[in-house]
Amino acid sequence: MDIIKTNNLTKNFDGLTAVDNISFSVKKGEIFGFLGPNGAGKTTTIKMLTTLLHPTKGSAEIAGFDITAARDKVRQNIGVVFQEPALDIELTGGENLEYHARMYGLNRDKRKTRIDDVLSLVDLEDKKNVLVKNYSGGMKRRLEIARGLMHYPTVLFLDEPTLGLDAQTRRAIWNYIGKMNKEEGTTIFLTTHYMDEADFLCDRIGIIDHGSILVIDSVTNLKNSVGNDVITLSCSDMVKLVKRLEEESWISNIEQHDSFVTLGVEKGEEKIPVIIEIAQSLNIRIKSISVRKPTLDDVFLHFTGRTMRDQEAANTARSVPPRFHGRRR
Amino acid sequence: MKSVEFQAIYIMWLRQMKRFVRSKSRLVSSIVQPLFFLFILGSGFRVATFAEVDDYLSFLAPGIIAMAILFSSMFTGISVLWDKQFGFLQEVLVAPVSRFSIIIGRTLGGATVALIQGFIILLITLGLGVKISGVFGLLLTFVFMILIAFTAVGFGLVIASKMEDFQGFQLIMNLLIMPLLFLSSAFFPVTADPRQLIPMDKICFFNPLFYMVDGLRGSLIIGTATVNPPLLDLLVVLVVCIIMMGLGSYFFSKSEV
Repeated sequence: MDIIKTNNLTKNFDGLTAVDNISFSVKKGEIFGFLGPNGAGKTTTIKMLTTLLHPTKGSAEIAGFDITAARDKVRQNIGVVFQEPALDIELTGGENLEYHARMYGLNRDKRKTRIDDVLSLVDLEDKKNVLVKNYSGGMKRRLEIARGLMHYPTVLFLDEPTLGLDAQTRRAIWNYIGKMNKEEGTTIFLTTHYMDEADFLCDRIGIIDHGSILVIDSVTNLKNSVGNDVITLSCSDMVKLVKRLEEESWISNIEQHDSFVTLGVEKGEEKIPVIIEIAQSLNIRIKSISVRKPTLDDVFLHFTGRTMRDQEAANTARSVPPRFHGRRR
Repeated sequence: MKSVEFQAIYIMWLRQMKRFVRSKSRLVSSIVQPLFFLFILGSGFRVATFAEVDDYLSFLAPGIIAMAILFSSMFTGISVLWDKQFGFLQEVLVAPVSRFSIIIGRTLGGATVALIQGFIILLITLGLGVKISGVFGLLLTFVFMILIAFTAVGFGLVIASKMEDFQGFQLIMNLLIMPLLFLSSAFFPVTADPRQLIPMDKICFFNPLFYMVDGLRGSLIIGTATVNPPLLDLLVVLVVCIIMMGLGSYFFSKSEV
């Protein structure tokens, strides 16, 4: 069963197309990730799906309810953890949850037990009566995730759930996300620009760039599309070497970039000597060469022709409507 | 209306109460600032003579009460901007609660806080020996106080929906609210006099704050000469209140995060 279904969803801001005709679906119980550089349109998509922005064109359904025609039904079915913290720091953690519970119409008994439940899920029971302004960044995130789960949402949206957190806290947050997906059966839609995060958490991934989806597939399939191993090398005459290597049948794909070449191969360790031999016979000096398992970075590179970092630099230069400055980090 | 809407209104009201009680600086400044006005203006102008004014302190007290309620309620409306900047507004807007209930919850919360402040000032003026009218006058005073609070919250909501940050707020306070307050007869009577640089007695009729202050004074204090009968003021203030609340709700419901 499809929990999220979009059909040519589009959003324009004063001539700039932030989200361009995207269509995808998310199945019940899965963790689906939108992976893309900053400014690719991830947050705008989430804002449309959570009824905060009206789509310019196209439609979407959440748990069978249309996001424009049945907004209240949609809101009842979703939990959201925004990219920017959305807590009232003058209230305690418990009070923030109480606020949320009442906004979603939970009755007294349910409120009490549920607040304790979600707090223990993110290990914040002992911080229940502490003002949120005294929380650390990681604790705030955990509280927000707990809050997103309060009203038993069918689907939970997480917009960059670990942005700006240290490595240890990120690990912990990943575990919480995995735990609630398993224990509560919550469908999860998350966006991230961290490859390792998408890799660790997601069942399926959509790669998004410039507001369009480039590919949607499982993590394993996406990695396989690049090759079992990836060899990265740089040398004195890349054009010549690439031309020669293209004749070799054991290389599944070759991509030449500004300062390096990537090759998708089987059993990469054994292929390094072969490549060096070929280079030497052509009088090409190899500057560096390495072999590794493919990451989602390679996948991104494969589908967009650029690394995520390059893409982010380019996106920052693109004009963004003034009111979104500092928001869509 | 569904019960979930009432729960939402209640919790939004409760949140404002908690924030108000916890914010010591706001609590203190919202009481102390009007008292400064009351004591300093009260001392300074008491020696001046206005033709229409017997006792200046009795004249000033309703003006200060109106001012305290006005500022406090406007702050509540404006504080939507805080929620916007801190991201909390998204949490509110994504909840399955109608925009109407969100506005009612915030308005009630803001009005309650403002009325508490208004009553504290009222009690202090009583302590200073200001003579107030009977039960009916007091009831009418409450009505005026509530209407002033609602109007100002509505006005604050309009500003908050139209502004992106706080810079514009200072501008509106200095260029709009302060002049209107000075022309409202809160601090001194607006009467015709050939020596005046501007025709104060005519301008004041275009000033909604004038009707609020005049009405509050007419209903609260015995034996002061007011320009309009309190019930006429009430009618004008009621209309202004409905318009402001309507505008505030309209702009707020249109705003996207």
